[in-house]
Parts: sequence; C-alpha cells; structure tokens
Amino acid sequence: MPTFRVAGTDLLAVVSALRDEQGFDLLADLCGLELQGRPVRFGVVIHLLSTTHKEYVRLHVDAVDDRVPSVSSLHPGANWHEREAFDMFGIVFEGHPDPRRILMWDSYPYHPLRKDFPLAGIEVPFPAADVAEVTGQKVEPAPMMGGPFVSHGGKLSEGEPSALDQSWTEEKPKA
Amino acid sequence: MKITKEISIGDVAARSEELRGENMTLNMGPSHPATHGVLRLSLELDGDKVVKCDPVIGYLHRGDEKIAENMTYNQFVPYTDRLDYLAPLANNVAYAIAVEKLAGLKLPPRCEAIRVLTCEMARLSSHLLGIGVYAMDTGAWTVFMYTFNEREKLYTLFEELTGARFTTSYTRIGGVTRDIPDGWLAKVSAFCDGVERTIDEVDKLLTRNGIFLERTEGIATISKEMALAYGLTGPNLRASGVPFDLRKDKPYSGYEQYDFDVPVGAKGDCFDRYLVRMEELRQSVRIIRQVVKTMPGGAWYAEDAKKIFLPPKAKVMTKMEELIQNFMLVTEGPQIPAGEVYFEAENPKGALGFYVVSNGGGVPYRLRIRGPSFVSLSILPAIVPGNFLTDVASILGSLDFVMGECDR
Repeated sequence: MPTFRVAGTDLLAVVSALRDEQGFDLLADLCGLELQGRPVRFGVVIHLLSTTHKEYVRLHVDAVDDRVPSVSSLHPGANWHEREAFDMFGIVFEGHPDPRRILMWDSYPYHPLRKDFPLAGIEVPFPAADVAEVTGQKVEPAPMMGGPFVSHGGKLSEGEPSALDQSWTEEKPKA
Repeated sequence: MKITKEISIGDVAARSEELRGENMTLNMGPSHPATHGVLRLSLELDGDKVVKCDPVIGYLHRGDEKIAENMTYNQFVPYTDRLDYLAPLANNVAYAIAVEKLAGLKLPPRCEAIRVLTCEMARLSSHLLGIGVYAMDTGAWTVFMYTFNEREKLYTLFEELTGARFTTSYTRIGGVTRDIPDGWLAKVSAFCDGVERTIDEVDKLLTRNGIFLERTEGIATISKEMALAYGLTGPNLRASGVPFDLRKDKPYSGYEQYDFDVPVGAKGDCFDRYLVRMEELRQSVRIIRQVVKTMPGGAWYAEDAKKIFLPPKAKVMTKMEELIQNFMLVTEGPQIPAGEVYFEAENPKGALGFYVVSNGGGVPYRLRIRGPSFVSLSILPAIVPGNFLTDVASILGSLDFVMGECDR
C-alpha cells in the first residue's frame, strides 16, 4: 500500500488533490496513533480508497502541538472518526464542525488510548453530583427519576421501584 | 409582547404561522426496540417531522483497541467475535487475514476455502437477521419468524464446526482451530436447499407488500456522491449505485475463484437497501454451493504457522524442544515482524478494517478497528431530518448496523 508522510499544513491540499485528481473518493479510515521515535507525540493515519482504481493509499500526519487540520470538509465521513481520535488521544482537529467526545461522555477527563493511561482505567466521579449527595451512590439519574415510578428512600439499589401513590394496593384500608 | 395580526379565514399561511408550536426533543433509545441495541438518538421534532437528529453512541464501548494492545495476537480472536456479534465468523477471518498479512503467511487452499465458506454462512446469518428485524420494525412480524428459523439451523451448523453457537473464535493466526467435521458439508448443502425456499418465501411476503413498500420506498434516499462522501461500505454503498465489493475488487482468501454477482441499487432508498440484501443472500448461497463442490483437500493451516500454533500436547510432555516452544508461545505469544498493515474485508455490514502496527514481538503496538456500523450511523444526521418519526424505524432497519462493532 503506498504510504506518504504529509505535513499538517499540506494535508487539506493533498487530500483534496487525491480525491479530485486521483480518484481516491472514499475515506476508509482515520485514526489517531501515539508515535514512536518522532519529536511529536501523536499522529493521525488516514486510509483513502479509490472505488475506481480499487487501490488504497495511506497518509501519515504528525500532530504538531496535538493539532491536525480537519478533513471533514472534504470527506464528511471523517467527522466521527476525528471525534473518536480526539476522544481517545486528545488530538484537536482544527476546523472540525462538531468537536465533542463521541464514545466517552462529555465531562470525562482522560483520553484512554494514550499509552500512559492504565488498562484497568481510572475511577472518575459520575456527572450527577446532586444525586450522589442524596443517595451516596455514584450513579447517573435514571431517565424515570422524578416520574410516576421512582424508587424512594435509602440507596437507589434498595427496594423495588413502585408508584408514589400506593392507595390502590390491598394492604391499605380502602376509604 | 405578542403582535396581534388581522387574519382572514383564507389566510392559511398566516394561520399556520400563528399555530406553530415549539419543537420537541425526544430521546429514542438507548433501550428502544428499533435501535437494535444501545443506540440513542436525540431527535428534535416539529410535530411528527424530525428536524434534527443527533446520534449518541458509546453505551457499548469496551475499549477493544486498548485491550488489544495488552494481549497476544491469538488472544484477541475472541474479542473479534464481539464486534459484529451477528457474524462472528466473518470478523474472525478479517482479523486473522490482517495479522497474516503482517506475518507474511501463505495459507493452503483448503484453509482459504473453509474461511470463504464460514464468511458466507456468516453473511447469510447476518442478512437473515437484518431483513427479519427490518421487516418487523416496519410491521411485518411473519418474516422475522421465517428468517430466525433458518438462523437457528445455521447456528446448529456453527456449533458443530466451532463448538459454539455465537462466540465462535474459529480462526487462528495462520489457520483455523480445527478441520471440518465428517459429513458437515453435506449438511451445509441440505441447509442451502432449505434457505433458498425461505428466501423465496420472504421475497413473496415483502417485495410486493404494499405496507412495506409504503414504509420504505423513497425514504431516506442516499445519493451515490453522498454515500461515497460519508464512506459507506457494503450493501449500503451498493444500494446507492456504487458497484464496489471487496470480494470482487480486492479479492482475499481466494474469492476470485468463485462465480457470483454484485447486486447494485438504482435509487439508494430504504427499499433498495432491502433489495440488495435479498440478492446478496442468494449470491451467498451460490458461493457456498461452489465451495462445497470444490472443497480442496490438504492442510487446513499454513506450513509456517507451526511457529504460531501450540505444538501437540503429547510432544510437549515428552520432547524438550516442543516444551520450550509451548512455553514461549504461551508467555510471549507468536512473534510477528515489525510493520504496519491495513486490511479490509467485505463483512455483512460493510468493510471491516483492521489497522495493525507492530514493533515485533507477540503484542500489537496499536490495533485500530474500523467498524462499518460506526460509519453507517455517522450518516444519520444527514438523512433522518425531513422524515417522519415513524420513518426512523425504517431507516435504522435499512442501514443494518450493530452496536458491538460501532462502539467497540
């Protein structure tokens, strides 16, 4: 597979020339990578596919200062791949239309595919502090929280969820 | 401060402006039958019409790529079962071929034929489920029962071959775990006869079904340009009119020996995606019949794979060299040369890609998994808005995704 190393500043020009002049019309894959033996820490690897020539081409891009220009203006399919590379490595894609995390939740503080992140993970507080305060549980509120069926009293795991209004049960004397 | 306007009864445009309410945000999923797993769609609705669709994924994220960096190549095979868990055999094969390319292994014809056979059976199983639940999402229950019947027969065959119904872990780097059992190929032939009848039955039930047509025809049309721009692969790309199939265009594992056609859609709507899958079922049966007829004899693992496979137990117990080899393979894993490789296989859901970077040794430095379902879902914000809420079920069914592979 032909492999080229492209500078971040030339990336957009190279990808658009490959698409428009050489027929590499499908972005097969885009992923982040922690580099070895290079001055910068992270890189991005792009695999382009030509559906007419039936060939792949691979582009290596160094993320200088953890930044790479976004190619999602040329290949909209790169949007989610770039969000994932940001999520997993913390690589910032300049000009990305929607620079959010994608697999981890928005307030997650780490980038798990970095080599210094442990396999076992690092425990982090869940985002709902108000629920944790009442229940002592590090959980997110369930979608039904505050609805007609809620678990009441004590920890969230104790007791079956039941209706707030218990007047219909047989135990209670009927009015 | 509201400005009062004088509205005549015939002034419909002005009245509808007056009656326009606020948009409503609706969470569809993560536990919703039409989202086939744990996909959540954050939909903005104007009445019954979707104006914005924001897919929220990651509920099934297990960190497979991180896990792969911490184990030997063969140890990762069971994790590939859980990518597209509706076609584990095809994932096993894609992963094994990627690593074999890195290791420079050449496989004997029998092993390749076994792999083609299992891949196509996995495709049958995946498409049967895909069409069954797609039909169910659009209101046709019967089809689901027909297709699941056939899938059950397939799983019996898988169990006989691999020892497991779902989590098959059938391939190893350089071969497969075991040879085909005696009489198994005859059972596969018998299954082919049955499944062809079922495919015809499903065809009769769905293809000219008025309700199904109403729910799928002209819905969420993906143009050729759009499909390419978003990087769609597999049946979803072909339904949009791009005749690209990795089995034909970048043949692997000996696919070039078999005769089959690549169905291509004309419009790229939900109905075309169904039609393409239906025809792929028939083509898969065609390939399976050819493989069964021409199944070569000989070894079912590569000659060089003796450095990768564990030596026979009897020799490990009695011979020094085999004992050392066994110890090295278990503790350090098979030694794969340094390099990088990207390999995509034509899986039922699209092109499943593995990008493997090795520093040498028994553990990959980086293993990237390109899941076709991840890419298929990334097109949702572009195609869902403008459709009715009920159409979302048809669109999701027609894209045929699986969250295990999307979230990895």
